[in-house]
Amino acid sequence: MTFEYHEPRELGPALDLLARHGQDAHLIAGGTATVLLLRQGLLRPGHVIGLRRIESLGGIARTSDGGLRIGAMATHRAVERSPMARAYSPALTDAFASVATIRIRNQATVGGNLAHADPAQDPPPMLAAFGATVTARSSRGERTIPVADLAVDHFTTSLAGDEIITEVVLPPIVEGTRAAYLKFLPKTADDYATVSVAATLRLASDGTVAAASIFLGAVGPTPIRARRVEDALRGRARGDIGEAAALVGEEIDPVDDARGSSEYKRRMARVWTERTLAQLLR
Amino acid sequence: MSTHRLRFKLNGADRDLEVPADRLLIDLLREDCGATGTKLGCGIGVCGACSVLVDGELVSACLVPAVFVDATAIVTVEGLARDGALTPLQDSFIREGGFQCGICTPGQLIAATALLGEHPRPTRDEVRSWMMGNICRCTGYYGIERAIDRAAGAR
Repeated sequence: MTFEYHEPRELGPALDLLARHGQDAHLIAGGTATVLLLRQGLLRPGHVIGLRRIESLGGIARTSDGGLRIGAMATHRAVERSPMARAYSPALTDAFASVATIRIRNQATVGGNLAHADPAQDPPPMLAAFGATVTARSSRGERTIPVADLAVDHFTTSLAGDEIITEVVLPPIVEGTRAAYLKFLPKTADDYATVSVAATLRLASDGTVAAASIFLGAVGPTPIRARRVEDALRGRARGDIGEAAALVGEEIDPVDDARGSSEYKRRMARVWTERTLAQLLR
Repeated sequence: MSTHRLRFKLNGADRDLEVPADRLLIDLLREDCGATGTKLGCGIGVCGACSVLVDGELVSACLVPAVFVDATAIVTVEGLARDGALTPLQDSFIREGGFQCGICTPGQLIAATALLGEHPRPTRDEVRSWMMGNICRCTGYYGIERAIDRAAGAR
C-alpha cells in the first residue's frame, strides 16, 4: 500500500478531493474495514481521505419531529450508549451493541458500516426496518437514499464515487410500534450472524398486526426485505404467525459458508423470524 | 507515500515523530516508540492481544492507522504501574493466576482497566461481555475473571 493521506477539517475540501481523484481515492472513517482491505491489497487507492476531523459528521440528536439523526462519524458504541438512541428504540441500540467486540464498536462508524455494505452486518437491517435514510453529499449537491436501497450487492452501494454519507436519519416512530433485533450466533458472541432479523410491528387496537417491516441480515447479498412475511402478517394475531414466518424461505438467498449451509440458514431464518415476531407480539 | 508528523502522549510522555501514511498504531508503538509490551496477535482486530487505550477508548492497535493518534493520549501496558507500584488489577492478576503463557496478558490488563474505569463493580455478565473479545489460548479465563473480581472488590 502506498498512498497520499489527506485529513481535511471541513466537508467541502473532502468533497473536492473525492471529485478530483475519482476512482483513485478512498474514504476512511473508523478504519476497521478499510485498514484490512488496504492491507490485503483489495483496495489500492492513490489517495486516502480521512474523515475523522470533520466535526459536522459527528453527533447524535433527536430531530424536531421526534426522529433521530446520527452523524456518519458517530461510532457504534456512541450509538449503543446514547440515551437519545435508546429513547428512540432499545432495538436500535441492541443492533449496534450486537456488532463484534467493544474494541471494534469504539472504532467503527455508522456511516462507514453502511458504505462498506457487508451483508452480514447488524445495523443495516435494523435501520432499514425503521425506514431510515442516509444523506449523501457530493460537490454536485445532496440527496436522500433509503437505507433499504443503499446496498445493491455484496460490498456494493448505490452511492456515486464522489458521494459521502453525512448522516443517517430515522423517522419518528408511529405510536404503538414495537421493534426488535435478534441475532443468531451459534459459535462465538463476537461473530457475524448466521442469520439476523430486524423487525418493527404496529398493532391495531384489537391486537392484530396493522403494519410490519422485516429485514434479514446475512442471508443474501444485501439486507433482505421479507415482503411476503410482512403481507401475510397483516391482520394476524398472536399465536397465528408461524405460517407467515415460514414464507421467509422464499425471499432469501443464503450461501454455504463457515456459519452454516444454505439449507441450514434457510431453516434458521424461519425459526428466528418466528422468534422475533413472537417476541414482538408477546 | 505521504508522511505525517504526529504529536501525542504515550503513557504520559510527549512523543513527536514522522510516519508514512500507511503506518499502523501497533507498529508505531512497537517499532517507532520501542513500547513492545503491546503484542501483535491476529492482526485483524479479533484476538485482543494489541488492546490499547486511545483517549481512554479501548481499541485494537492493529486496526488503527497511526495518523489517527495525532493529538491523542495513548495508554499501553507499560503505562499502568506507577514508579514500580502495580495497579490493584495487575496485583490481582498475579494473586489469582490471571495468566499462563502471558502473551495475551497486556491486552487483558488494558481491556480490564477500561472495564473497571466504566464499571467499577462489574457484574459477572458485564465482565464476560466486555472481556469476550480478548482471547486466551491457554484458556485461563477463570483466573482472569477472578482477578477482575478481586480488583473490583479492592477498590
